[in-house]
Amino acid sequence: MRVNFTVNGRPQQADDVWEGESLLYVLRERMGLPGSKNACEQGECGSCTVRLDGVPVCACLVAAGQVEGREVVTVEGLAEAKGRAAGPVDSQTGEGTALSPVQQAFIDAGAVQCGFCTPGLLVAADEMLERNPDPSDADIREALSGNLCRCTGYEKIMDAVRLAAARQGEAV
Amino acid sequence: MPSPTLEFARAGGAPLGTPTKITQGSRTKGGIGESTLRPDGTLKVTGEFAYSSDMWHEDMLWGQILRSTVAHAEIVSLDTSEALATAGVYAVMTYDDLPTDVRRYGLEIQDTPVLAHGKVRHHGEPVAIVAADHPETARRAAAKIKVDYRELPVITDEASATAPDAILVHDDRDDHHSRHVPHPNIVHRQPILRGDAAAAAERADFVVRGEYTFAMQDQAFLGPESGLAVPDDDGGVHLYIATQWLHSDLRQIAPVLGLPESKVRMTLSGVGGAFGGREDLSMQIHACLLALRTGKPVKIVYNRFESFFGHVHRHPAELHYEHGATKDGKLTHVKCRIVLDGGAYASASPAVVGNAASLGVGPYAVDDVDIEALALYTNNPPCGAMRGFGAVQACFAYEAQMDKLADAVGMDRVEFRQLNAMEQGTLMPTGQPVDSPAPVAELLRRVKAMPMPPERQWESSEGVDVRQLPGGLSNTTHGEGVVRGVGYAVGIKNVGFSEGFDDYSTAKVRMEVVAGRPVATVHTAMAEVGQGGVTVHAQIARTELGVTQVTIRPADTQVGSAGSTSASRQTYVTGGAVRNSCELVREKVLEIGRRKFGSQHPAWATAELLLEGGKVVTGGGEVLADLVDVLEDESVEVEAEWRHRPTEAFDLRTGQGNGHVQYSFAAHRAVVEVDTELGLVKVIELACAQDVGKALNPLSVLGQIQGGTLQGMGIAVMEEIIVDPETAKVRNPSFTDYLLPTILDTPIIPVDVLELADDHAPYGLRGVGEAPTLSSTPAVLAAIRDATGLELNRTPVRPEHLTGT
Amino acid sequence: MDFLRPACWEEALAAKAEHPTAVPIAGGTDVMVEINFDHRRPEYLLDLNRVGDLYEWEVGEDSVRLGASVSYTTIMENLRAELPGLALASHTVASPQIRNRGGVGGNLGTASPAGDAHPALLAAGAEVEVQSAGRGTRRIPVDDFYTGVKRNALAADELIRAVHIKKADGPQQFSKVGTRNAMVIAVCAFGLALHPGSRTVRTGIGSAAPTPVRAEAAEEFLNAALEEGGFWDNGRIVPPSVAKRFAELCSGACNPIDDVRGTASYRRHAVGVMARRTLTWTWESYRGTAARTEGVA
Repeated sequence: MRVNFTVNGRPQQADDVWEGESLLYVLRERMGLPGSKNACEQGECGSCTVRLDGVPVCACLVAAGQVEGREVVTVEGLAEAKGRAAGPVDSQTGEGTALSPVQQAFIDAGAVQCGFCTPGLLVAADEMLERNPDPSDADIREALSGNLCRCTGYEKIMDAVRLAAARQGEAV
Repeated sequence: MPSPTLEFARAGGAPLGTPTKITQGSRTKGGIGESTLRPDGTLKVTGEFAYSSDMWHEDMLWGQILRSTVAHAEIVSLDTSEALATAGVYAVMTYDDLPTDVRRYGLEIQDTPVLAHGKVRHHGEPVAIVAADHPETARRAAAKIKVDYRELPVITDEASATAPDAILVHDDRDDHHSRHVPHPNIVHRQPILRGDAAAAAERADFVVRGEYTFAMQDQAFLGPESGLAVPDDDGGVHLYIATQWLHSDLRQIAPVLGLPESKVRMTLSGVGGAFGGREDLSMQIHACLLALRTGKPVKIVYNRFESFFGHVHRHPAELHYEHGATKDGKLTHVKCRIVLDGGAYASASPAVVGNAASLGVGPYAVDDVDIEALALYTNNPPCGAMRGFGAVQACFAYEAQMDKLADAVGMDRVEFRQLNAMEQGTLMPTGQPVDSPAPVAELLRRVKAMPMPPERQWESSEGVDVRQLPGGLSNTTHGEGVVRGVGYAVGIKNVGFSEGFDDYSTAKVRMEVVAGRPVATVHTAMAEVGQGGVTVHAQIARTELGVTQVTIRPADTQVGSAGSTSASRQTYVTGGAVRNSCELVREKVLEIGRRKFGSQHPAWATAELLLEGGKVVTGGGEVLADLVDVLEDESVEVEAEWRHRPTEAFDLRTGQGNGHVQYSFAAHRAVVEVDTELGLVKVIELACAQDVGKALNPLSVLGQIQGGTLQGMGIAVMEEIIVDPETAKVRNPSFTDYLLPTILDTPIIPVDVLELADDHAPYGLRGVGEAPTLSSTPAVLAAIRDATGLELNRTPVRPEHLTGT
Repeated sequence: MDFLRPACWEEALAAKAEHPTAVPIAGGTDVMVEINFDHRRPEYLLDLNRVGDLYEWEVGEDSVRLGASVSYTTIMENLRAELPGLALASHTVASPQIRNRGGVGGNLGTASPAGDAHPALLAAGAEVEVQSAGRGTRRIPVDDFYTGVKRNALAADELIRAVHIKKADGPQQFSKVGTRNAMVIAVCAFGLALHPGSRTVRTGIGSAAPTPVRAEAAEEFLNAALEEGGFWDNGRIVPPSVAKRFAELCSGACNPIDDVRGTASYRRHAVGVMARRTLTWTWESYRGTAARTEGVA
């Protein structure tokens, strides 16, 4: 089947989609947007978190056909939506890329190790900070309880979200 | 809520202030000792970092593996005709289609069939492989392969494995361990005998015994096994892969394909965590076989279900311990027997046995020991390397014993440990002296001295916040039944490959002028699996070469082996190799400098020269030349191997021998709150103190300690692969039923880092990654025992165990 | 596989009538897992995401008409006063991402004994509004809805349109045991609702029998004990012996199994503990003396 939807502000079309394919598969394998990760494909890990019409969801549990005509934002769209240019971009490391505050905070706080959980966490954390700019630690933990990380022990992720919230507060 | 504390204590060293003499790298920005940021950080937060599962190639096919649905069976018949006839299917391969006579692989013992040959030995063993134009086509085709199994009785534990009439899991063993094991269903056995434990037991005023069970843990890295094999024009193949050790993979893959190693090119793709689970091969050979058969690129990505069958797990273990002490609290002896379940194939079982045996007493001084560790062949899932391998299981048991014995003697549990703690100079049970700092008592002191988290944090003027209580959001208690407990534990882990293994790494370092600036390029085959090795390599290059700009080349097999990203060894060994190659480059650069400018200044000949800030300087800080002028158009490149001090094998009968190169120590204090009525646990705090020798990157060090700590907590309270003892089938291969700690289960993890240099190691560093995984588990168990008064000899603790139901 | 995309409720009913084997998919949190893990290959997927009125709810005089696809997040945020038990249960569903997609219709359609909404629906009292193109609408009392493990009273041509849930006329609680502090499937769960209007209590037990069940003997015992002691009027605390007996009877209403998530005997035990605790919480709340509990929904 054919599916049309908007990804990160751009209209996209996918053809020959098998009806059992998930939004995650279409993003990763058909649209060249592999930033959303496929770690469990059962909604338990949050690595594929994207925003569907603004709401964080697991892309692995959305059937491709269900996104017809809807708007999806992935980790690849975060910087574009909220990023601030930081200078010339290094083609090898990506340094200098415009990053959203939460992306920058994850780097600065050491919240990234293997990085496989990172895209999903960023989308979830970014959305939480929109709703709740001054979260308590318990609020952060609750909001991110659907995103598993196996490397960090979450401490640096907590630091990163606190840092992003603090910077966001200063910027206002 | 208190935020994690970080304290770096350095032993000795110069007082604060400007050093009187500059040494190489001492004034370099972004060098070792700084928390520089990851070079791959930006790509990882933008989603552009290419993991192995992100690989894509025009015209690529998808590979699918058909796995056995039973644990132990003869394959009576195998019919692939219908699968092959499916539209969109390009290849179906079974054992009979393998191109050469090399049809098995393995890390140490080549006992693992590439595809099952007449028999399957565990649930989920690969039987056939399919390549098709869409993953669903491949899945449907695989489902059409008809396999007729004749089931055999399953071997699942020591009793069934060593029964007189036991079926042999491998009836054709000729590996070097087969000659000394007491039964062919035992992979490897290592006794360690020192002193006279029986005589010492007579002197003991108190003796405690315990039987302990450690469950099967999964590495559960988030990025499932995956990769892309692309056929090359010369008949070879290029594999883009997530692994822990490229060259070990290569050594196992090439013979099966019938290709020389030069025709199997391997490039490391992004690795979504590893923790030991990528030390063995998974889909590597299968993808290459299908690519060579079809002439098309083939991608294989396991889903989570398959991942549970696609890699080895942490060995479950039964541990039997006897400890004795005198009235004044000195250990008299330790006897123990550790039975590890290696499952159907050997993997890293021999090394796990060696660690469990040699570290089976823990970080304590005791002269009389009688230790036996062994690993079984069974029809359970194969087990191998996982963070802390062998040492983790032992630590869980000996630390429970230390609490028991302290109680018997009537001493404080921490003081009892401190009284018996090993120190520099102590002899290990293997007779090997500990020849670098072993601050066991100090780590315990530090972790105990940390402030305790406040009581009843769930209560506030606003009422009860269930998120801070056992049960969390599930709203099971508002404080009823909740009891706090505190527990301590300390552990010891060997760093690097032991027992005489030639443990080395290779680094290629180049220095040249690019766009008017001196740039260093570091190229190794080290698998960056998230640990931050790439960050550290850049820091070492800055420190040793005095440049700002360092390029880290992607890891591949175009450079010599780096060894495995495991055993806490990469910063030590590949870090050591990078430093060594940098030093050789520096010498060459200075030679060029002397040749060009030697006549202009006498210091070129007489002074110790350093590279700093892109310049050649003297120890006194005088600038002799700019590197740009020294190098001009020349580039200096060195590729060199570097090895740590050699180790030796343990004696097969006595276990004596200098088997280890370095030890790593960590201590934990766990504070838990237990809903004693429902048996639910909330870990409030897991404080850790660890000696890291020298923190090359303090931020990464914290990340390793906190991550390792949480993996240890996972096995304490929730993680377990459940295998049906009747069928040897895995009952919970999913993230729905194999539970990992969420951020809401995670305690605060304050860390106190000690830096006591090991003079034998590069920069004095000590491997960091594994030690925190050891003591975390027994500390949590001890805290739960403290809260409940229960004995709890099994991990993970389930609600049933706490409620007696 | 075919993907059916009805634009409205009537089209959905027509599609279901034409293809009775079609599997409805709304939040996808059950169906997609089965597809991803190759456990299920339905001939037709019937997407309900475009049927707008399934996302609507209406607060009436006595009950709330809750569209089948109203998300758990929406319930938590908007219906905490009217449906406190269901709001608490909603908060225990999986993760924020899942709560944003999943709704009560899915729980009912899957009819897993572990569905988190069931105990709350049973305790509050509810009717499931189902419809078919040919035979129109019927309302099935939730007590009669669950017919077996993952089986329900729906006919092949019917779809779940809404649930009519009685508005709370007294305190309600929901409690669930899992071996993790978030994102966990119930080992067992318990819902309790006090109905001061009718001077009755209702219960719901999840994951401790082949279907979600009420502990009817326990309800009868407690109804009688509260009546006899005049507790509804005098507001005295429920004697520990009554709470204990109620808990025992709730345990007795279980018919659990041993599985990887827990043992049968633990499930019985835990249901008893949750019954006693939720009775304490709700009764204290009814008496108006309870310390305020910080919003868990």
